[in-house]
Amino acid sequence: MTVVERREIALVDLLDRLLAGGVVITGDVTLRIADVDLVRIDLNALISSVNESVPSPFELPAKEL
Amino acid sequence: MTGLRYVYAVCRPLGAPLQAQLTGVGGAPPALLSHRGLIAVVSTVPEADFCEEGLKAHLEDLDWLAATARAHQGVIDALTTVTTPLPLRLATVFRDDSAVRTMMEAREADFLRALERLEGRVEWGVKVFTEPSPEPAEPAGKPDRPTSGRDYLRRRRADTRAHEEGLQAAEAFARSLHERLRAQAEDSRLHPPQNAALSGARGSNVLNAAYLVRRDRSEEFVELVDRTKDEAGGLRVELTGPWAAYSFSGLGEEDARYGVSAGEGR
Repeated sequence: MTVVERREIALVDLLDRLLAGGVVITGDVTLRIADVDLVRIDLNALISSVNESVPSPFELPAKEL
Repeated sequence: MTGLRYVYAVCRPLGAPLQAQLTGVGGAPPALLSHRGLIAVVSTVPEADFCEEGLKAHLEDLDWLAATARAHQGVIDALTTVTTPLPLRLATVFRDDSAVRTMMEAREADFLRALERLEGRVEWGVKVFTEPSPEPAEPAGKPDRPTSGRDYLRRRRADTRAHEEGLQAAEAFARSLHERLRAQAEDSRLHPPQNAALSGARGSNVLNAAYLVRRDRSEEFVELVDRTKDEAGGLRVELTGPWAAYSFSGLGEEDARYGVSAGEGR
């Protein structure tokens, strides 16, 4: 569980940089900002669905606040 | 073979070769593509995965996205041990080497300027989270359960107020920390606060910032962050890095959009 949690934390930091940072170059195929926004929305949906099926104990205190 | 060219970064010619066993996106080994005074670090990726439709479909697959992001980061990490790379946005893809060269030539002046600015610098990430308080301290001898509806509402109000005050204090701490760190850095960016569902982190994220720091000043910077951890009563300060200067590649309007404006809205 700790390993999984740590992996997810690192992933979100990574995506902060790889999807919102880095040099933007129009390649032959490039993620457009609209796509990136979609990815963020999709990710939220994906991860909340993952969390629902596998509830994370770390989430519970936050929800009660 | 149908393959596209995935570009990780642009750098000046390397002083040392890439690690032999390094693999990039999809397991392919990265190669160096020289053009005039610059090199692009590229690897071949399957067209089916990285054509527009393929990419769009894959982006909805968290495992694929994670594996791709990690492979991209792995190559950038390896590069940072031998040079100061200018990292590209995830999934920047060209038809072939000649298209990559054309792009390098068109953007040469931008690349050289950015590389100059970032030379010898790294990015540090600093986040501040509130720690979810276990239970507000109850005066001793008080019953655990509310004795009446009015008592319940009163407690609820007190809890809400305590929570709001806690959040305000957290934000004030985050602001003052950001000011202090900014004074020790050459540049800074505020990323939007991370969604707890996405990060799996406890508490609310009240600061999600990136700082551009000279490599030879990094030890001091890290020590400064470590010291503030002690003052952050009830808050959690997290440091990540050193990263390649993703948040400071500064060649697009996106920086303003994602960094500064998001920070002001906090």
